[in-house]
Amino acid sequence: MSDTKVFRIWIKAAPEKIWEALTDPEWNKRYGYGTPQTYDLQKGGQYQAVASQEMKDYAKANGFEMADIVVEGEVLEADAPRRLVQTWKMLMDPGTAAEPYTTLTWDIEDSGPGVCRVTITHELTGAPAHAAMVQGNPDAGAEGGGGWAWVLSDLKSLLETGSILAGK
Amino acid sequence: MTDDDRVFKALADPSRRFLLDLLFARDGRTLTELESALAMTRFGVAKHLRVLEEAGLVVTRRSGREKLHFLNPVPIRQIHDRWIDKYTEHQITTLIDLKHTLEEES
Repeated sequence: MSDTKVFRIWIKAAPEKIWEALTDPEWNKRYGYGTPQTYDLQKGGQYQAVASQEMKDYAKANGFEMADIVVEGEVLEADAPRRLVQTWKMLMDPGTAAEPYTTLTWDIEDSGPGVCRVTITHELTGAPAHAAMVQGNPDAGAEGGGGWAWVLSDLKSLLETGSILAGK
Repeated sequence: MTDDDRVFKALADPSRRFLLDLLFARDGRTLTELESALAMTRFGVAKHLRVLEEAGLVVTRRSGREKLHFLNPVPIRQIHDRWIDKYTEHQITTLIDLKHTLEEES
């Protein structure tokens, strides 16, 4: 039985560009769940994803409060532009907040001329609610969204075409 | 062959779809585990896994002396995103839910 999930995509972009798209809030708020994410890129540094206005509006319309910090963790290894290892916990949902921290690894490898292979390895030991979230709902617009597969697909679209899948 | 061609070719074979179903049910399996679920030689299973890996549908990782196979759902997501946009998604999900509900009743 494995508690690890692996997600991989090939992106036509330089590794530095992909690294920037992952770690710079000006970039990482533009794809996936649209939450600006800040990294202190050193061992022990803090990682935080801040609730977007859209998330807060959605929560308000549905009668609940959205926490300011939706995901948090700690940087375990930052080797720009190749490898980022961090802990990762979703706080916005009581089910995931009660689980232990998960470990997330981003690997950016050269795969061909101008093409990188980006792999997410997510260790989800003791965290079934996290596993269900990151695995994604087939309907990306539904609660929980499309998970890592959708985030990676969106990241590729942004880096290669300049616009995300939803066309914003 | 383009990336898409590789994905569609990989998915066109029932044995390969069965291997993906096995990994969807439980990820991180060895060749030996996967082989025991199919009426096929070890060589045959390894060959199918290689096609799946070349299409990006299976990712392998080393864990000690073992080579573990993981389902990578990203290429299937990309096929989905190519033809199904944010606005039609809800209607499709509703129809699929309806199908499941009606089929469970009968």
